[in-house]
Amino acid sequence: MSLLVIVSLPLLAAIISWLPLGRQVAPIATLAACVTAAILALTDAMAVAAGGQVWAVRNWVELDGLGALILLLVATVATTAALFSWGYMAREREARHLRRYYANFNLFVFAMLAVPVLVEPAVVWTAVELTTIFGVYLVAFENTPEAVEAAWKYSVLTIMGGAMSLLGFIILFRATRFGAAPFTWSGLIVLAPKVPLNVLTSAFFLILVGFGAKVGLVPLHTWLPDAHSQAPSPVCALLSGVKTTLVLYVILRLLPILNATGRIDVDRWAIVVGLVSVGIAAFLILQVTDYKRLFAFSTVEHMGIILTAAGLGGAAAHYGAVYQILNHALTKSFCFFAAGTALLTVDTRQIAEVRGLIRTSPAAGAALLFGGIAIAGAPPLAVFLSEFSILRSGIQQEHYFATALLAAFVIVAFFGILGHLNRMVFGPAALKADQAVPVRLPMTCLLTLVLAGIPIVVLGIYMPAPLHRLLQMAAQGLAS
Amino acid sequence: MGHFTPLLISLNSLAAGVFLLSAFGLLATRQMQGCVRFFRIQSLAVVASIFLIAIEMQVSDLIAVGLVDLAIKPVLIPWLLRRYVREELFRRREIEQVFNIPSSLIVALALTLTAYFLAAPLPVAAGAIGEINLPVGVAGLLLGTYTLAARREAVTQLIGIFAIENGSLLAGIAIAPRLPLVAEMAFPFDMLIIALVIGILTRITHERVGTTEVGALKSLREQGAAK
Repeated sequence: MSLLVIVSLPLLAAIISWLPLGRQVAPIATLAACVTAAILALTDAMAVAAGGQVWAVRNWVELDGLGALILLLVATVATTAALFSWGYMAREREARHLRRYYANFNLFVFAMLAVPVLVEPAVVWTAVELTTIFGVYLVAFENTPEAVEAAWKYSVLTIMGGAMSLLGFIILFRATRFGAAPFTWSGLIVLAPKVPLNVLTSAFFLILVGFGAKVGLVPLHTWLPDAHSQAPSPVCALLSGVKTTLVLYVILRLLPILNATGRIDVDRWAIVVGLVSVGIAAFLILQVTDYKRLFAFSTVEHMGIILTAAGLGGAAAHYGAVYQILNHALTKSFCFFAAGTALLTVDTRQIAEVRGLIRTSPAAGAALLFGGIAIAGAPPLAVFLSEFSILRSGIQQEHYFATALLAAFVIVAFFGILGHLNRMVFGPAALKADQAVPVRLPMTCLLTLVLAGIPIVVLGIYMPAPLHRLLQMAAQGLAS
Repeated sequence: MGHFTPLLISLNSLAAGVFLLSAFGLLATRQMQGCVRFFRIQSLAVVASIFLIAIEMQVSDLIAVGLVDLAIKPVLIPWLLRRYVREELFRRREIEQVFNIPSSLIVALALTLTAYFLAAPLPVAAGAIGEINLPVGVAGLLLGTYTLAARREAVTQLIGIFAIENGSLLAGIAIAPRLPLVAEMAFPFDMLIIALVIGILTRITHERVGTTEVGALKSLREQGAAK
């Protein structure tokens, strides 16, 4: 039953936030709902990792290893984003806007929490569509012409993707006519060998193209840097950290189903599509001029890495893929919190206008540098370990060419990210930043940076045993 | 229901024909209001086809789905658009297109033929009706995507998205008429929320940016941002 509670908590918080109860009620209610959901998600995930069964409605609302990992990540990032929002959004003067922000924030979190706990694909489609739709208002929240433009591009491309993938999901349902298993992710794996191949492949490609647009896979990535740079920073953390991963998770669910047929090499498609995204994103990172877009392109890159890793096949690569999902969600959300703090300090998104940030604001400068180093994949931080394990498993699986390309692209992106951040953080403080009045950063923002930074460091040197088991179970979810 | 079947099949062929024609109509009309009208006709054709399949295959769930679709797509969505999108946008003629209309129609013809090839290997569940609807639905999906790509104005792009959804639904029900009711009910409500959200967004875009021509939205580019 706890699954239903987890999902309904943000819904309750959305209603409370929407009511005019005073300025502080909405952020506190949001934070309380997210913290409770995160704690419940953690207990459920631990129960799954210990081999237990967690379900609320059989064949509709269930939790397996992969779902538990995603649920935990969504709840965790939602908590840090809620905490960050508290201080970050306080500068919004109009109480009505603030209430609407939190109401939408909660609805967005509600839809995101629903995706991993649902196992019936057609309902999952609905939940994914809801995440997209509830995101629109959040992207447009700043109400500048750029933000509105970003929201427009975001909604047109991703909703188009949703409409296309709808046919894919309906075709998928057709598979249930060929056997007695229920219409769930695990049921489809059982059914797959008996289903005509063209049913599954047509469903797969419709969903890959449609949801690929939502994930931001190249060439349908054009909306992503716009939306992920124009939204308020805590929303960017949610969008980049978990929302994209969440949609990719649905695509990853299809891989074992198609592999179970034994008649199509769907992994090769995953590798090709993944590598194209990694490659294009790596070179786009080199030429960005806006540091939030820098992190957004890095998200496209990481989505590609995860998809490639899932396609490399074998237990080690699958483990690498889910490990990367974990590290990316934690690190990328931290990056956007850091970028948000920097934005509060210097009030510009242009890389060229920010120099010597570490002098202007030590906290923002250090956070941005740490986030950049972490997301670029420098040792000994978490992303380095997962990327390294993916490359190693790629060599073990004898995918030499793909692994070499992946390594090359990751290195390009590494230097791209660090080159840009180096210029921003060090050097003489630029005139503009120097003149700026020192801003007192909100306490909750600094607290978020500390809390969100801890797991990145800890996971680099120590992997708790229950988390390791959860990752192993999640990796099993990628194997047929 | 046996001896009704030929009649049902011909009625459905009519509905599918109307569906395909209105998909072409979406591409060919120069008026924004015309686009909305063609979308209405297309949605009515889908609903008619859903009812016919419900009778033919005796799936009572589909009647409910058809009724909800009937309330939402041809009625509520155009109403919402009218309410939230500025009147002046609706009055506009001469919608700018990437290609001119005759060449668009030739592309559309090619897409329709492609749809028949794409749909050919897929298994159909809803009998003879399904065999007609499946390729027509896939064609609707492709034509909707093309409408989305070729049109420049916000409202027509939005209708392009709904046309994709209409195509998906028509083809989908031909393949799997017995989808769980919960899922099928979720689809039209989803469309309703999309219309609401994007309708409001269109209004804001028009107010803030001064245009809803997507081609004119160019401030977020790498080069543009550099200066």
